[in-house]
Amino acid sequence: MAQVSLRKIVKAYEGGVQAVKGIDLEINDHEFVVLVGPSGCGKSTTLRMIAGLEEITSGDIAIGGTVVNDIPPRDRDIAMVFQNYALYPHMSVYDNMAFGLMLRKFPKAEIDRRVTEAARILDITPLLERKPKALSGGQRQRVAMGRAIVRDPKVFLFDEPLSNLDAKLRVQMRTEIKKVHQTVNTTTVYVTHDQVEAMTLADRVVVMNHGIIEQVGPPQELYHHPATKFVAGFIGSPSMNFIPARLEQASGALRLHLPHDIVLDVPAARTARYQPHAGKDVLFGIRPEHLTDDKLTDKSNTAPVTLKPEVIEPMGMETLVHFKLNGTEVSARLDPATPAAVGAPLSLIAHMDQMHLIDPTSDKVL
Amino acid sequence: MSAAAATNRDMPSLYGTAGSLRSERRWALIWAYISLIFSAIILLTPPVYMLITSLKTSAEIADQKGNPWIVRNPTLDNYWELITNSLFQGFFINSVIVTVVVVALTMVISILAAFALARMRFWGSQVLATGVFLTYLVPDTLLFIPLYQIVGGLGLLNSIWGLVLVYPTLTVPFCTWIMIGYFASIPKELDEAALIDGATWPQMLMKIFIPVALPGIIAATIFAFTVSWAAFVYPTAFITTPDQMPLTIGVVSQLVRGDVFVWGQITAGALLAALPPVIVYAFLMDYYIAGLTAGATKG
Repeated sequence: MAQVSLRKIVKAYEGGVQAVKGIDLEINDHEFVVLVGPSGCGKSTTLRMIAGLEEITSGDIAIGGTVVNDIPPRDRDIAMVFQNYALYPHMSVYDNMAFGLMLRKFPKAEIDRRVTEAARILDITPLLERKPKALSGGQRQRVAMGRAIVRDPKVFLFDEPLSNLDAKLRVQMRTEIKKVHQTVNTTTVYVTHDQVEAMTLADRVVVMNHGIIEQVGPPQELYHHPATKFVAGFIGSPSMNFIPARLEQASGALRLHLPHDIVLDVPAARTARYQPHAGKDVLFGIRPEHLTDDKLTDKSNTAPVTLKPEVIEPMGMETLVHFKLNGTEVSARLDPATPAAVGAPLSLIAHMDQMHLIDPTSDKVL
Repeated sequence: MSAAAATNRDMPSLYGTAGSLRSERRWALIWAYISLIFSAIILLTPPVYMLITSLKTSAEIADQKGNPWIVRNPTLDNYWELITNSLFQGFFINSVIVTVVVVALTMVISILAAFALARMRFWGSQVLATGVFLTYLVPDTLLFIPLYQIVGGLGLLNSIWGLVLVYPTLTVPFCTWIMIGYFASIPKELDEAALIDGATWPQMLMKIFIPVALPGIIAATIFAFTVSWAAFVYPTAFITTPDQMPLTIGVVSQLVRGDVFVWGQITAGALLAALPPVIVYAFLMDYYIAGLTAGATKG
């Protein structure tokens, strides 16, 4: 029973700098929502306003239907996991987890039951007597999560919880967080700058930039149907290629004219959608994974492109190849078997059914 | 690894530098030892001479012949006479009462002040924090004249309670300053976590800040203890009746009878007076250093 509603939320600091510029967001009960964006986009500020750690300049925040603007953090029934864990260094793991319940005067037996249960879920039962300094980074993060779980709050707030962990542990803890959410099913707001974390964890991803929400949607929708150039470039790694192009009418069909006299046919299914923009300069957006080797058998909706590789990065399961097209960086994710060599022309095909066109003036995806 | 090895082979001069670094370090150590030994001699000579003197009889002290650094007939009479002297016992008790009350007062005031100045953002808190430190820079040799008026006005001249009132002007600013630095080194997320966990500000102070900042609190306590135990200017100015005197002035004023200096008892008294701080420092030195340097290293 805890949806979170943000209505016209503004956060302005002294001197008039606006960190958050009037955002609206509805987070449903049991939902896992990830706020993602580059540093300074306002995602952490938004989370801290939900927590009550930052005051709201204007707008309303409601948790479970109650406006909480003037309610202090302790009465909002939320739990938060911080980037640097924020464990109490003088308390044992058990006391760290029990602290919130003790302050709320829970009976001892109930505290014990909840801590034991959370420790079991997080697999930290053997660590309960230890002090935080005797724990590894991953274990500390588990304790921080345990401290949130025992409270059984309406909402979990995560502020970049995995940023202090090394790459391998981060992947492991990511799975762990998802597992915990599937077990306890509490409404969760999670902030990260890592789009992979956002994509893998979220029911819905909220992409923020410069204090506004660029797009809200399930991960697949953001990947396949980005609304703006920012979302298109932010979601996906390596990021989408943006190549300046001109959309031309050619006897009932549309064609894209790229630098170096590359001409690509726009699929017939997109003709109606792009028709109004014929004759205009656009940005042609295509993900590196949609530029592939031309040895494919099914070549429907593809167009040939020949480019000279500048840098080749073999990754094992795939090979990243970087080109330069009239000054624009272009990259492709190719099968490792592709015979790519620096400087040698390489025949590729662009999967035009995965293409995007962006209006260069408004940065909106057409 | 191999790349690093290749770099070393190509740059043999690196080994030369390493050799000279080692010799530089040796010279630095030699100079460090020389200067440390020199300052230890300067600092330790007076207490050692006092110890030697305190073990002599008055006759031996007055005797001009022989080496004054050697005790010919060691005796503990000076100590025994002092310990059984009710006046000296009174000085000791006065010092203990004043110090305990001043330390307690100081810690309560400076912990609360530092917590507010370090953590509760309010208008002017930065200026106030600097102001607290600036008051510490005014020397007591300058302050005792106006304070004499105040203490006198309150009718607390010739009373240890007058000292209890004025010593915090020396201890509170510095202790507050130490505690501000220590509290500031505690990550902000810790209080935010406590706020979300349901703590009120007083609970946060009692259950999180005080336990976490214990090394800093001990450092501040030692400082307050040292200052009030060793204070000299204020009791000299405000106390003239022997039964209200603390050790520092009692020893020098009451053990000098007319123009007769009872050197054996004076030195024994001074050494006994120095004993409590020595004991405190010996046990809590590590905390003291940790507390004083915390703000500097953790930023």
